[in-house]
Amino acid sequence: MSRSLLYKAIFILVVVLGCIYGVIEVPRSKAELLSNLQKRIHLGLDLKGGSHLILQVQVQDAVRATADQVIEQLRTDLNRQNIPYTSIDRNDPQTIEQADSIEIRVRGIPSERSSDFKALIEDRFPEWLYTPIDSTSWRLNMKPAALSQLKQDTVQQSLRTIDSRINGLGLTEPTIQPYGGPDEYRILVQLPGVDDPARVKEIMQTTALLELKQVLGGPYPSVDAALASHGGVLPENSEVLRSVERGDTGQQSPESWYIVSRTPVITGRDLRNAREAQNGTNRGWETEFSLSVDAGQRFARFTEANVGNRLAIVLDHKIRSAPVIQSRIEDHGTIEGLRSQQEASDLALILRSGSLPASILVLEERTVGPSLGADSIRAGIISGLAGLAAVVIFMLVYYKRSGINAVLALFLNVVILLAALGYFGATLTLPGIAGVILTIGMAVDSNVLIFERIREELRAGKTVVAAVDAGFEKAFLTIIDTHVTTIVSSAFLFLFGTGPVRGFAVTLSIGLVANVFTAVFVSRVIFDWELSRQHQVAELSI
Amino acid sequence: MQLLVNTNFDFLSKKFFFIGLSVALSLAGIISLIVKGGPRYGIDFRGGTLVLVKCMDKPPLDKIRAALDRNGLKGSVLQPYDRPEMNEVLIGVDIADERALNTERGTIIKALQEAMGSEPNKLDFNNAGAAALADRLRNNPVIARSPLTSAQIERIAQEMVTYRNTPPRSGLVKNFEELSSLPGVNPDIISALKTETYLGPFTVPRVEIVGPKVGKDLQRQAILATLYALGGMLVYIAFRFEWIYGVAAVAAVFHDVIITVGLFSLFNKEISLTVIAALLTLVGYSMNDTIVIFDRVRENLKLMRRMELEPLINLSINQTLSRTILTSGLTFLTVLSLFLFGGEVLNGFSFALVVGIIVGTYSSVFVASPILIWWKGVTEKRRTAKGPVLVEKAAGRRKVAGR
Repeated sequence: MSRSLLYKAIFILVVVLGCIYGVIEVPRSKAELLSNLQKRIHLGLDLKGGSHLILQVQVQDAVRATADQVIEQLRTDLNRQNIPYTSIDRNDPQTIEQADSIEIRVRGIPSERSSDFKALIEDRFPEWLYTPIDSTSWRLNMKPAALSQLKQDTVQQSLRTIDSRINGLGLTEPTIQPYGGPDEYRILVQLPGVDDPARVKEIMQTTALLELKQVLGGPYPSVDAALASHGGVLPENSEVLRSVERGDTGQQSPESWYIVSRTPVITGRDLRNAREAQNGTNRGWETEFSLSVDAGQRFARFTEANVGNRLAIVLDHKIRSAPVIQSRIEDHGTIEGLRSQQEASDLALILRSGSLPASILVLEERTVGPSLGADSIRAGIISGLAGLAAVVIFMLVYYKRSGINAVLALFLNVVILLAALGYFGATLTLPGIAGVILTIGMAVDSNVLIFERIREELRAGKTVVAAVDAGFEKAFLTIIDTHVTTIVSSAFLFLFGTGPVRGFAVTLSIGLVANVFTAVFVSRVIFDWELSRQHQVAELSI
Repeated sequence: MQLLVNTNFDFLSKKFFFIGLSVALSLAGIISLIVKGGPRYGIDFRGGTLVLVKCMDKPPLDKIRAALDRNGLKGSVLQPYDRPEMNEVLIGVDIADERALNTERGTIIKALQEAMGSEPNKLDFNNAGAAALADRLRNNPVIARSPLTSAQIERIAQEMVTYRNTPPRSGLVKNFEELSSLPGVNPDIISALKTETYLGPFTVPRVEIVGPKVGKDLQRQAILATLYALGGMLVYIAFRFEWIYGVAAVAAVFHDVIITVGLFSLFNKEISLTVIAALLTLVGYSMNDTIVIFDRVRENLKLMRRMELEPLINLSINQTLSRTILTSGLTFLTVLSLFLFGGEVLNGFSFALVVGIIVGTYSSVFVASPILIWWKGVTEKRRTAKGPVLVEKAAGRRKVAGR
């Protein structure tokens, strides 16, 4: 065998070994073979089972909340400076598109105090611009830069909170990352192998705003009864909230309402920790939380001054329980009446991760159960093997010993493809498996092109060696042309597609590139080797 | 064995018949599209909720529909899925607004429970995660008294869930006794399961929820991607050959796409993201056949300068016929295998490819070439001074490694 042929053969051998290693490493047993395979080849969610979610942070919630805080602060400041006013309110943007239109209106500022008002805004609320509506009313809008910063911060904080909650669940390799353009406020979450997607979605979407509020009156059987007890008008700075208390067994009590103070004594931000615990007396499950030092002191003062009154534990604007304060409590509290250990620990997890600054909307969800994933893998493998068998049989029958050539190149093609997927960390999806099967069909195309050309040259009377030469040479550019066109459409598919479709584009493209190598280079080397073994008149079985 | 050697079919003389056939097929598809108001878009493009439900027995379609209506989800589409013995039904609900999407799935599950039965105080064994199952078992008085540790209980729960999810159970266990073959599952566990859980009559292997805005975005992107791909190929071929070859090739591929989409409409099949993937692949693949023939045409134009165009193209097609039929045939075999064995999820995808390969091969011969001939004939009539022989433009620029 000539030198160059030897080098080429060695090169191919190295590639083959490298690829085999890339797929299964060095297994010492059948079990290890399977586990290595699983390690190297990442399966997509449609094969492994799991959830793919696109969430959208409803930033307008945070914008509204910020405006509310500004209004509170403004009231205090105006009072402190003795600037009279008639009313302060805001508009109510409900969608993301409307968020930028947030506006606070202050009415009834006497015109002689206008300059004081303007100075106050510039000093205390530098992120807001004021414009006069008329001689005594003003409009406040947020500066664009500050607005944009607020929205981005909201998304970042939501991202962190969701990340913290998901990571607390112990799922394997979840993906949580920003998605889409800067004004889309979207988050991509991928949860491979999750077997209870509804629970996870709930954990992610719960705003989990915890507030401890002073109870001013109740329980009442309805909102009207609550109002009636105060002559139809609520006391200053209070609100009526519904109670969703549950008894010891976890069953819901009949509907009741309380009047509570609007300003909370303690909020979720004051929590230091939270964990699930089992009530000693009735074996019910509850979530205990502990407070930071400052909050603890505040809480101690409050409870001391309010022994005998009720304290409302409010979660997401609904009262979970309203126990009577027995004595001074310094730094902890309990939410009782949870249905199971899982519910208690989920709540503890949510409290620990902090509340979400804005509500989360699910824009897109694709969930595949693990059973369907296994079914899909099986179907993919069966159809792949069937297709491969059909092609192999045909090539051997039609091209005789040269067919072996093509079959070897084909197997190498598939091995290179799988190894490339492993090395690039690409994901194999169900359409990806279809891509592998399609690659098999198209890989054979190259071989057929070359072999048909060789046959033609042989018919035209050339010698075997010359025919093989001419066959490969003339077919080469056509092979390049055909592969380039399919790769071009794969490229567009990759650019525009998502998830499974991308998997298809990637496997098809890699398969085609590998095919150029195997059909032209490897196949040629095998032919040359065959021919170099024959000393006299060469014969070709084709 | 050699097939199709030295054939001499006169393809192009019958070109009007074949053009007629193309037009007829395209029209059938287009009429179907118009009558049905456009292609049947899958949920990827329409937006809405899609829930695949697998039942223990034949799905009670009427009861399910009634329950869905009762819960406010009118106009939902129920469609049996895959083979009848799989007992699966696909429920599709359109939705106009993103917010409703978030509650829809819960409503659907509630409706399904109403239609097929549920036991509210017990855990649904067939839809529970391992953690929830372990939780229930731990709290059961019998198990709590037994010597099993928490970790052991979790392991047993995981075993049971994995058993439930593998084929042939595929998500549904029909009776508790089956589980006793698993390690660690003793009679205590079985009786605890019977107390704390029930065997839910259905499971939900697949959920897809797509917001309407996302759907519209995807629609736009799909159309753009297809147009760009076609444009890209036009440029590539115009660069490698002449621009008329590019136009002819793109026209042929365009014809393939129209016929395929038309057939989808005729057979009432859905167009989803993966179907678009198949169409784009088709676009690339159909070019292959066309290019191989054009390659030959170019080579022959150089070699046989005295031949007239129509017989020359005929000859080129005949020369490449064996290769064209063989590769299309082989690719068709693999795609057919996908269609027959690849499962329901890939059904649309493989159907598009099966149809596409047949139509694509056909169009390279009977659509691309006639267009070439027609155009060359038109340009010929303008150059009356020259004879009927055409000279290939810029042949000198080609490398002699030609074909």
